[in-house]
Amino acid sequence: MDFTEEQIERYSRHIILPEVGGKGQAKLLRSSVFVLGAGGLGSPALLYLASAGVGTIGVADGDLVDLSNLQRQIIHNSTRVGTPKSLSAKKTIEDLNPDVKVVAYNERLDAANIRGVLRDYDIVLDGSDNFPTRFLMNDAAFFEKKTLVSGSMFRFEGQVAVFKPRDGYPCYRCLYPEPPPKGLVPSCQEAGVLGALAGVIGVLQAVEAIKEILGIGETLAGYLMLFDSLRMSFRKVRVRKDPQCALCGENSSIKELVTYEEACELRAAK
Amino acid sequence: MKISVNGRTAEIAEGTTVEGLLKTLGIPLQGIAVELNGEIVPSGEHPRAALKEADSIEIVRMVGGG
Repeated sequence: MDFTEEQIERYSRHIILPEVGGKGQAKLLRSSVFVLGAGGLGSPALLYLASAGVGTIGVADGDLVDLSNLQRQIIHNSTRVGTPKSLSAKKTIEDLNPDVKVVAYNERLDAANIRGVLRDYDIVLDGSDNFPTRFLMNDAAFFEKKTLVSGSMFRFEGQVAVFKPRDGYPCYRCLYPEPPPKGLVPSCQEAGVLGALAGVIGVLQAVEAIKEILGIGETLAGYLMLFDSLRMSFRKVRVRKDPQCALCGENSSIKELVTYEEACELRAAK
Repeated sequence: MKISVNGRTAEIAEGTTVEGLLKTLGIPLQGIAVELNGEIVPSGEHPRAALKEADSIEIVRMVGGG
């Protein structure tokens, strides 16, 4: 791949890294990443994937930008309030890096369409804000054989993991088999979250996606990273593939996508 | 025997399983993962996984926000 002079300058700090180099940068430019949710996690993840020169970025979100989003959803701004998040994200990315082709899905993905969307991408990131979507995303990524970089957060804490069940690593269901029962675990942003925490978790997702594309270092495949912002502590916990996993286990019972009911009363009430 | 649960010492009976511990502590079995000595115990093994002296347990709660 031939770089333009502008690209050599734009990506110079990548290209001078021996682990990336021109070859790695070309790989990034040829790669495609899908991000579910242009919210707290999606915003920083999308910005860094775009600035890294990931050639094709898909972003799905069916919501409109709300003023209360701007405390953490840094891909949007005050002038975008009331406009679709997916289109706002697309606009910001296009202004940041014209090398990136952005595909905006201005809709909430469901069992009927998610597999067809994921199919077009190399790596998928989950930045969704509810459990039914997280399970849908995990199952769809499994069926489509895509590496899933998962991030989630609540109040002051976040979790990050890379799920690659086809390579002998666990999936999300090996860690959490089922969504929690209604009312047991609050799942949504409306319950409160430290804005800057979204940056920490979303950027870790971008780092892992970029490492997966480049094939460098050790990613969080087979681990769960737990971050506690109040204690400023990171903890990496080993997660093994569960042979009894209903999705990726030996005698799997889940053969198609499952639609779970939205469990967050706060969101439903909004 | 003594084990550590979320950084605090707890006294439990010999042969207590992960599931037994969760029930004793009144922790719902769903919506969590259990970390035993730095490693997640798959939920299907909770009824069988027996704890031993000085084990360290952390209850990891699912978080869903994004």
